[in-house]
Amino acid sequence: MNDVVVSAERVTKTFGKGGVTALQEIDLEVGRGEFISLIGPSGCGKSTLLRVIGDLVEPTAGEILVNGKSAHRARLDRDYGIVFQAAVLYDWRTVSKNISLPLELGGWDRSRRADRVREMVELVELEGFEKHYPWQLSGGMQQRVSIARALSFSPALLLMDEPFGALDEMTRERLNLELLRIWAETGSTVVFVTHSISEAVFLSTRVVVMSARPGRITAIVPIDLEQPRTAETREEPRFFELVTEVREALHAGGADEVVPELEARE
Amino acid sequence: MTTSAHQPAARRGRTLGQHAGRWLPAAAVFGFGLVAWQWLLPALGIERFLLPPFWDVVTAFRDSRDELVRAGWITFQEALGGFVLGCSLAFAFAMVLARWRPLGSALMPYLIAANAVPIVAFAPITNAWFGILSPWSKIVIAAVLCFFPVLVNTLRGLTSVRPESLELMRSYAAGQPSIFRRVRIPNSLPFVFSALKIASVLAMIGAVVGDYFGGSTEALGVQIVSAVSLAQYETAWAAILVASVLGIAFYASIALVERYALRWHPSTRRDAE
Repeated sequence: MNDVVVSAERVTKTFGKGGVTALQEIDLEVGRGEFISLIGPSGCGKSTLLRVIGDLVEPTAGEILVNGKSAHRARLDRDYGIVFQAAVLYDWRTVSKNISLPLELGGWDRSRRADRVREMVELVELEGFEKHYPWQLSGGMQQRVSIARALSFSPALLLMDEPFGALDEMTRERLNLELLRIWAETGSTVVFVTHSISEAVFLSTRVVVMSARPGRITAIVPIDLEQPRTAETREEPRFFELVTEVREALHAGGADEVVPELEARE
Repeated sequence: MTTSAHQPAARRGRTLGQHAGRWLPAAAVFGFGLVAWQWLLPALGIERFLLPPFWDVVTAFRDSRDELVRAGWITFQEALGGFVLGCSLAFAFAMVLARWRPLGSALMPYLIAANAVPIVAFAPITNAWFGILSPWSKIVIAAVLCFFPVLVNTLRGLTSVRPESLELMRSYAAGQPSIFRRVRIPNSLPFVFSALKIASVLAMIGAVVGDYFGGSTEALGVQIVSAVSLAQYETAWAAILVASVLGIAFYASIALVERYALRWHPSTRRDAE
């Protein structure tokens, strides 16, 4: 099997005729099992890149392959699960019904769906809340449901667009650990958009640093922190070194500074 | 990991005493209103052709109960027929406009304008169209009255879906029928039920006012008109009471269905009271 899950080649996205260049000639390869964070100032196109990978936005130029096929084909084959900043749960569905939505669409029969939902509820530790409606859950719990839903059909790729951006710091750190545990358990590949440097460093195997106007990749920082990461990882000297490295890369890519063009590929 | 057991749904049960406490003020106002009607109005010298005392109206109702109940049932059937016809057409139309948005945006200004037209003004015309004795002239007026608010609200409900909700369905490669069934229609239900409640009131108005311009002598509106012309004010008021009770029952039954159908909606939360 192909070991490259996402490969982007000279992907460009322009909004409107001769308008804003959201993405300029993005080259990126994501290997199987990697945890990649996209980080950059707002307007750097990180969410657009995620949507291009998911075939929710069409690139103006360039090619995107997901699992070795066109992003469009991959979407139709349900090759990825997606999590947004808002949990985007359907208010009229209970927790279990929200989780089983992609399974329904995928034509799973009732008993298989029920089994998988039970596994997923266990995975995100929401036992006892299966019959609750979304408004009865806290923000962190809603986001866990959203993650369970994205993982329910075991997609090879998990796309996450600032999933913890709206949560408080405590909840965010807890969910970071939980996400790493799920990532290790499921062996999925993750592309994760964030604007938190420490979150990106803590979670990722590589951090992709982007700059704005036009949106492009200015640096890729490999994160060599030991796996599995724990709450103590955040105290390690190496963690702070990497945070500094990413921060400097971000500043080097600042809009008003002249930056030497960096080779985006490793 | 710790799940801070946050369980807002727990407090569903209520004691009988709490229920009584909640309804007591409203019941007191109701009782006071009846007392004022019966004794205060005559004491103030209000003439009986303006508003007869409550008990006289009750007596008038008892005297011609069978007739009034039958009349009420006939008019209610007209209202219900118009309601079902108008609301289902509006819902179907809204689905089409939501599916083909350019069509919707082209027609929307006219629909909103039509929504502001005083439809009852057409009542004499529908009598001419369908025949003065035909229930259809009233059913059509009631249906047209229901049509526009239900259409406009349903369309708003079907189209006011968060973009991420649609992106999510797209990410699952869901087709339009599935998006309608699983996202747009459930999303529209709170809007639809608000509109249905308005429509239930409008349908009763349409049927009764339709009767005013002539109809079967057995219909409620016709009886009100003829009672007034014969100076039988008590009977007229008794008929108005029948119409009111039917209207309230109609509205309440829709509210009841709404409560069941929208039990997932945050507005059903009890602990926020």
